[in-house]
Amino acid sequence: MKTSAALAPAASLRNDVVATANTNEEQYVTFTVGNEEYGVNILSVREIRGWTPESRLPNLPDYVRGVINLRGIIIPIFDLRARFGGGTTEVTKRHVVVVVQVGERTRGILVDAISDILSITRDQIKPPPSMETGMVEAQYLSGLFTAENRMVTLLDVARLFAVETCDDEHPAQKALTN
Amino acid sequence: MEDLQQFKQTFFDESGEFLGVAEAGLLRLSPDNVDMEEINAIFRAVHSIKGGGGAFGFSDLVAFAHEFETVMDGVRNSTIPITDDLVDTLIRANDVLGQLLANARDNTKPRAGLTEPVVAALKRNAATLQEPDHSDELKGTESATATAPAAGNGIFSIRFRPKADLLLSGNDPTFMLRALKNMGEAEIECDIGGLPTLAHLEPELLYLGWSVTLVTDVKRSEILDVFEFVSDESLVEITEHVTEFNKPSGSATAIGKRPGPAAPLELQELSKNAISGNLTVIDDISSAAQSAPSSPRSGGKSTSSGDGAHLTSHTIRVDLDKIDRLVNMVGEMVITQAMVAEHLRDLPPGEFQELLEGLEQLAQHTRELRESVMSIRAQPVGSVFSRMPRLVRELAGETGKDVSLVTSGENTEVDKTVVENLVDPLTHMIRNSIDHGLETPDVRMAAGKSRTGTVHLSAAHRSGRIVIEVSDDGRGIDRPRVLKKAIERGLLPAGSTPSDEEIDNMIFLPGFSTAEKISNISGRGVGMDVVRRNITSLGGRIGVYSTPGQGSRFVLSLPLTLAVLDGMVISVGAERFVLPLTNIVESLRPKSSELHGLVNKCDVMMARGEYVRLVYLHQLFGIPGAVVDSTKGLVVLVETEDGGRLGLVVDEVLGQQQVVIKSLESNYRRLDGVAAATILGDGRVALILDVAGLQEMSQHAGSLVSRPQIAGPSTQSHLM
Repeated sequence: MKTSAALAPAASLRNDVVATANTNEEQYVTFTVGNEEYGVNILSVREIRGWTPESRLPNLPDYVRGVINLRGIIIPIFDLRARFGGGTTEVTKRHVVVVVQVGERTRGILVDAISDILSITRDQIKPPPSMETGMVEAQYLSGLFTAENRMVTLLDVARLFAVETCDDEHPAQKALTN
Repeated sequence: MEDLQQFKQTFFDESGEFLGVAEAGLLRLSPDNVDMEEINAIFRAVHSIKGGGGAFGFSDLVAFAHEFETVMDGVRNSTIPITDDLVDTLIRANDVLGQLLANARDNTKPRAGLTEPVVAALKRNAATLQEPDHSDELKGTESATATAPAAGNGIFSIRFRPKADLLLSGNDPTFMLRALKNMGEAEIECDIGGLPTLAHLEPELLYLGWSVTLVTDVKRSEILDVFEFVSDESLVEITEHVTEFNKPSGSATAIGKRPGPAAPLELQELSKNAISGNLTVIDDISSAAQSAPSSPRSGGKSTSSGDGAHLTSHTIRVDLDKIDRLVNMVGEMVITQAMVAEHLRDLPPGEFQELLEGLEQLAQHTRELRESVMSIRAQPVGSVFSRMPRLVRELAGETGKDVSLVTSGENTEVDKTVVENLVDPLTHMIRNSIDHGLETPDVRMAAGKSRTGTVHLSAAHRSGRIVIEVSDDGRGIDRPRVLKKAIERGLLPAGSTPSDEEIDNMIFLPGFSTAEKISNISGRGVGMDVVRRNITSLGGRIGVYSTPGQGSRFVLSLPLTLAVLDGMVISVGAERFVLPLTNIVESLRPKSSELHGLVNKCDVMMARGEYVRLVYLHQLFGIPGAVVDSTKGLVVLVETEDGGRLGLVVDEVLGQQQVVIKSLESNYRRLDGVAAATILGDGRVALILDVAGLQEMSQHAGSLVSRPQIAGPSTQSHLM
């Protein structure tokens, strides 16, 4: 109890410091799924690892691949392709899991490959065009960025993984999106 | 400063225990049940809190504890008669003491009017103390205990005022105070008058002074020797009182004139002592608490201080984090051991006989180590049960019902985490039993029952789990009313006819309450569903059995530990699962003649003269590529805690293994039919099955009228 209370503000403080020290510049890890390129804030990425076979979880939608053992803790793996309606990924050894931390929770995202690390300032991020109302996917996007001639879709990890405990996610959400 | 904080924490921890001891004792105390041992224990508890509070300068606490102690002292000396009124007052005083402790801990002011009424009541009781000499003494600085002579014949008042930079020279005043205490009966008071405000406080300086009243048979010079190393930088005054009743006959002041700092060798010795002193400090404090108050009765009957000392020497206080680290390490070791075993299984048999034997031993030792470590964390449930008499007493008063509480199995041990998380559910359940279950005395008489209702609280180990029952002999669940309420609230469609058991279980639904008027005890409808959620989150289950007019029985079943379990690894399709060994009765391959279809709904199987319903795991969990024909697979006969049997159809049984329970919820969420997860020898994750959950799932799948979902986290399933 005591430690988590003490750590939480410290962690968000650290994020703030990094953000301000780089004068508004933030780094994003980008990866590909099919022909699309996505990016997540590097501060939320804990590690990137090769694909290891998962253990399936029963009675869940297809984008929940299952769980893997990450050095003694059990984390769920989500299939980003399936999440955005592209069908389940046929995994090979070349597929990659991006392990992200949101608040107290650690999750893995299955993607095709890591492509880049980009430094992006806030004013370079363009808002996503308004999509059909009711499209759940839209709320997970925090913006669009153009790298050379590619378009990178920036994901809001906190919202992408918002589960039942919305309140818990708030501090993290703020830290990641401010 | 950090050290002081640590001692404060110890003080609050211990005080919490003392309060518990005092309360338990007070609750047993009544005019016709006077146990001197108990009374002494209560006195000691209060005295210890006062002593510790004084050391940290909690003046409100000390002042109040003093009044409390005065009365307890009178009770102990039989100068204050024990009446019901007195016992009530003392219980209230104990509460106030707890409140003051909480205030001291949180650094808040006690709320106005908290202590006064109780102090007045205590004073009223203390007024029955008639001996003038005695009460004079009580008004004195500490209490009668301070000045009474023990075996010793000299009383010394020692004032020790170290120089502010004492600590910089590596000296520790606690060392000296402890030395004094070892010489005889010492009453030590801390003088915090020199303490500056926080803003002006230099963390490395010492602002405290101490006054010590020492009853001892050692000589003055020996006392002076204690201060040998610090006397050149401190003020030490020693005043000797020749006898108890005389005025101080002479006083001598020794202000250090000793030669410079101690030689390095001596310093070394001193620090060595200081270190060993630190290691035993906790022991010391508690044994001091036990033995100090026993001195005034030196001429009288024998006391229990010997017992106290005996107890403290056999226990140590260990930081929970350390134990948790140990538990985690043992967990990892169990996994590693399983991994090694798995690899060695492929070795050609016979060739590596010694290696395999060694491994067998390792497995055995691992198991024993695991059990020992788990037993460190185990605690008797009695620590929770002992809080309940108080609750019952209060509730009986508020509801006007006569209630007696019977407890059994207090010594049943279970993991500390489980014990701690039992308090709330049990409190809710007992409230529920008294408020809803038991009738008022008149109604009971009319129904031909005794006036006094009984609530029975029991605990026992059963098939590797702990089973706790709360039963009452009240009116039982009023099924027609529950059904009516359920339909009114839209929890059930109108006209449905659920079974009695299903109706009983509705009281666990969120927002369900049948209390006609909302009382301040229960009836807000936050009771039983919260209980159920708490229990489920511990990996436990709750069931209710009710007989109208005769009472209800709530049965909780919880795992003994939340860390490791013995399991059977099974496979279905490409997936592996772990079944808790405690659930398994046997596994067998059915002949087709033993299989029967039951009204096209499900399959049953004849096993040992009983029809058992078959549940296909691959169907429940949607696993492709599994064995569909149960005559080709295996049926694992499993049993739930409430005795229900089920035949689980699986592909294969792979073997028995100890597994470390890992949470799915910490990074994801709870799943139906899954108790937790674990990591197998090859590093892959396997789910641990929840047999009762599977049973429930299969019933949902099979029955047309599905029961209302119980707080199922299904809404977020479209989110990641």
